[in-house]
Order: sequence, then structure tokens, then C-alpha cells
Amino acid sequence: MRVALVTEPIDAAALLHEVGAQASGATTLFLGTVRDVNDGRAVVGIDYSAYEKMAALELARIAGDAAARFGTDHIVVVHRIGTLGLGEVSVAIALSHAHRGPALDASRFIIEELKVRVPIWKQEHYADGTREWVDPSRQAQPSAAGAA
Amino acid sequence: MNVRVLLFASYADALGADSLELELESPARVRDVLAAVQGRARHAVPPAPLVAVNAEYAVLDRLIEPHDEVAIIPPVAGG
Repeated sequence: MRVALVTEPIDAAALLHEVGAQASGATTLFLGTVRDVNDGRAVVGIDYSAYEKMAALELARIAGDAAARFGTDHIVVVHRIGTLGLGEVSVAIALSHAHRGPALDASRFIIEELKVRVPIWKQEHYADGTREWVDPSRQAQPSAAGAA
Repeated sequence: MNVRVLLFASYADALGADSLELELESPARVRDVLAAVQGRARHAVPPAPLVAVNAEYAVLDRLIEPHDEVAIIPPVAGG
């Protein structure tokens, strides 16, 4: 199990190799990437910053929770900090497990917990030259829109 | 008691600093730290933001020790 905050680009293939195990029948990789639009505004890049000491501790707590809950220690979570362009990987979660069900569930668990607990912030850069800190609690939830 | 408070992201921008030194009467709790920060810049920080003490989320009643690292955590947006 390993978690890290990094400033250099994330090598997803290396992470897959790292979590590989002969006892595993399923390997999952989740990548979060910088999208070109948010809340109807054209995005050209994102600055990620963190309370690094606590973010690393929270990531480790989440990975530990996932290991205990889903039954695998083959977990790597890496989040990138700094300025990222469109399409670049901001977060990667690689893990392997004996079976596909808990592998997929563990990956989902980790990204959902990360989004609500880990002290990382993003400031979006827009095509019109402005910048804004993203506050997910203020944004329309896609699930709510879909249910309407 | 002197308490150093870390600020990040939108809160650091709003207060124009990434940390504050506060002088608080002992015993001080998380809620006293928040009141002091809000005294510096009303509206910069909401009434009940997330707060961490020594890199762990803390409740408003948590007692602050002299060398604790207190951080006010803006809405997180990782991923």
C-alpha cells in the first residue's frame, strides 16, 4: 500500500505494475483528468494545492480503510499538485484484488472518500483569463439534474 | 497563549496570508480560534468551516495546546 502527493506527471503504467500480484484476479485503474469545461465555463488548466502533510495522512487513512473493508493491500493512490493542463492526470488509484467486485468497489470508495476528506484544492483557469477556487458544495450535482 | 493558524486556498487569498499568529486566553478551543480569525476578517471565512488540529479533523470543542498546529480547511476539491 502506498500513497503520495507528487509534482511530476503520473505514470499510470508504473502504478499498475506496482499493484500487480499473482494472487490477484482483478486490477483496476481510476484516473481523474483535467476536463475542458466546468459549470458551463471553458477551462484551460487547473492549479492544485494541498495541506501536504495532512493530505498525505488522509490519503493513507483512506487507503487503510479500503484495505480493511475490501480485503486487499495492493493499493496505490497518487495525487498530483501544481499546474495541470487539459487532459493531464490529477489523481490515480491503482489496486488489485482476488476478485473484480471488491476491486471495483474499493476503487470507487477511495475516490469518493478522497473527494470529501483530503485537503486538496483546485483553482481553475478559464479561457477568458479569470481564475476561481472550486467549491464543490456550491456546484449543481449531476445526479440531482439527472433525477429531475 | 500563542497559536499559529494555517490558511489555504480561498481562505489564504481572502486574508492575504498563509498563516496567522493569534494570542488567545487559555484554555482555548477550536471555536475560540475561529472567532479570532473571523475577528480579523469578517466574511473571509464561513461561520463553521472544517478545522484540523495536528493534521486531523477536529470538533469545535477540541482544546488547543500551546504547540498545536491548527489549520482552517476550505471546501476540499481534490480529484
